[in-house]
Amino acid sequence: MEQDKKPVKEFVVSAIENGTVIDHIPAQSVFQVIHILNLDKYGNQILFGTNLDSNKYGKKGIIKVTNKYFKPVEINKIALVAPTATLIIIKDFRVIEKKKVEIPDTIETYVQCVNPNCITNHEDVPTKFKVLDKVDSRLKCTYCEKITEKKNMTFR
Amino acid sequence: MRSENYKQIQTMKNRSLISIDDFTKEEYFSVLDAAEQFERKPVQNILDGKVIATLFFEPSTRTRLSFESAVNYLGGKVIGFSDASSSSVKKGESLKDTILTVCNYSDLIVLRHPREGSARYASEVGTVPIVNAGDGANQHPTQCLLDLYSIRKTQGKLDNLDIAFVGDLKYGRTVHSLVIAMTNFNCRFHLVSPPELKLPSSVKMHIKEKNLEYYQYTDLSEVIPMADIIYMTRIQRERFSDPIDYEKVKNAYILNRGLLTNTKTNMKILHPLPRVNEINEDVDDLPQAYYFQQALNGLYVRQAILKLILGL
Ligand SMILES: [Zn+2]
Repeated sequence: MEQDKKPVKEFVVSAIENGTVIDHIPAQSVFQVIHILNLDKYGNQILFGTNLDSNKYGKKGIIKVTNKYFKPVEINKIALVAPTATLIIIKDFRVIEKKKVEIPDTIETYVQCVNPNCITNHEDVPTKFKVLDKVDSRLKCTYCEKITEKKNMTFR
Repeated sequence: MRSENYKQIQTMKNRSLISIDDFTKEEYFSVLDAAEQFERKPVQNILDGKVIATLFFEPSTRTRLSFESAVNYLGGKVIGFSDASSSSVKKGESLKDTILTVCNYSDLIVLRHPREGSARYASEVGTVPIVNAGDGANQHPTQCLLDLYSIRKTQGKLDNLDIAFVGDLKYGRTVHSLVIAMTNFNCRFHLVSPPELKLPSSVKMHIKEKNLEYYQYTDLSEVIPMADIIYMTRIQRERFSDPIDYEKVKNAYILNRGLLTNTKTNMKILHPLPRVNEINEDVDDLPQAYYFQQALNGLYVRQAILKLILGL
């Protein structure tokens, strides 16, 4: 029945007046996305769900953040842990823009190098990586040349 | 005087030498050709008026002396320190500040540092070229170039060789760099190590990408008759979590005179030095022993690098 589907649909896109919906997050990455965006310390309303049915990806997660529009650096962080995510920008209950996140070719400053002996972990050096694989988020440190992967990625 | 067919390339001028991957095959050859010139005539006054800094944040006497003697034979002056305890680093100065300060007093910096990536970082902040003399377990490109020089000199070529690498292939930085550099040439790789210390798959990937052949062994004697080059490395006790595993293999990868009765006539034994016991001293006066000459080649290769980077 039409009415049975509607509440889910509303949860997915239209329940906030202003803000951003992060949709199509891999189900297991929802809490990581919340963490890297510091949403656990955010003052405004946040709604999230995970293990929701998705036609495209099986199970997916979704996060809705009121009164927040993400900066490019934050969007790049989302891309690294949730490469399938879509951002939906909402103003006055209307969808203004939908965009897929994308991992850039190089990543600077906001990812930590996995190598404990890397110079970037010992001196005040901004990190820099070349992206080797955009699907699996494999990054090669410009300095120590070691590979940082999604599973052991931490952010600065 | 340069020989007639020697032409110095200009693409290395004012560039830092950080990683072996930064340079093309043509640039490798240019270094080796220039080194050949220095082997013929090691004393040349081309660094007159130049100051080279050797900043060794951890001791490596062998490498430092080789660089400093290269500078001295070319008429340059050396400043620097031989370990961090004798420098302002001890007082907590950052690497960036040390590099910027020393750039004021020198034309080129030779840097040895325990942290991986330190040399690349120094090359970004500094105003003079940096030559990486080892950054942690990462890169040591002048060692790799002197290995290439030694192979080319003893074999007359770098292509189509059977090269055996023996010992600790897992942690040995020199082995990784040399294997990767040799994938530019059509070689066959014979990898001899205990199962715990096999060549990492990330390095094997370079061999596979070039469609070259490699073979893995645990028994050293198998590769001796077929090898053109045997590259020995030390197996360190601390690499084994279980001391019993170390005791089992510690004598299995030692070259001695008895093992070397059936070799190719052109075969040479290389070793990055220092050795502990992995090459028995009874091998030293065999014609196959090349490791001390190899260390001497490091002098010529470092002279060549200074010349090409300073554009002299
Ligand atoms: Zn690093």
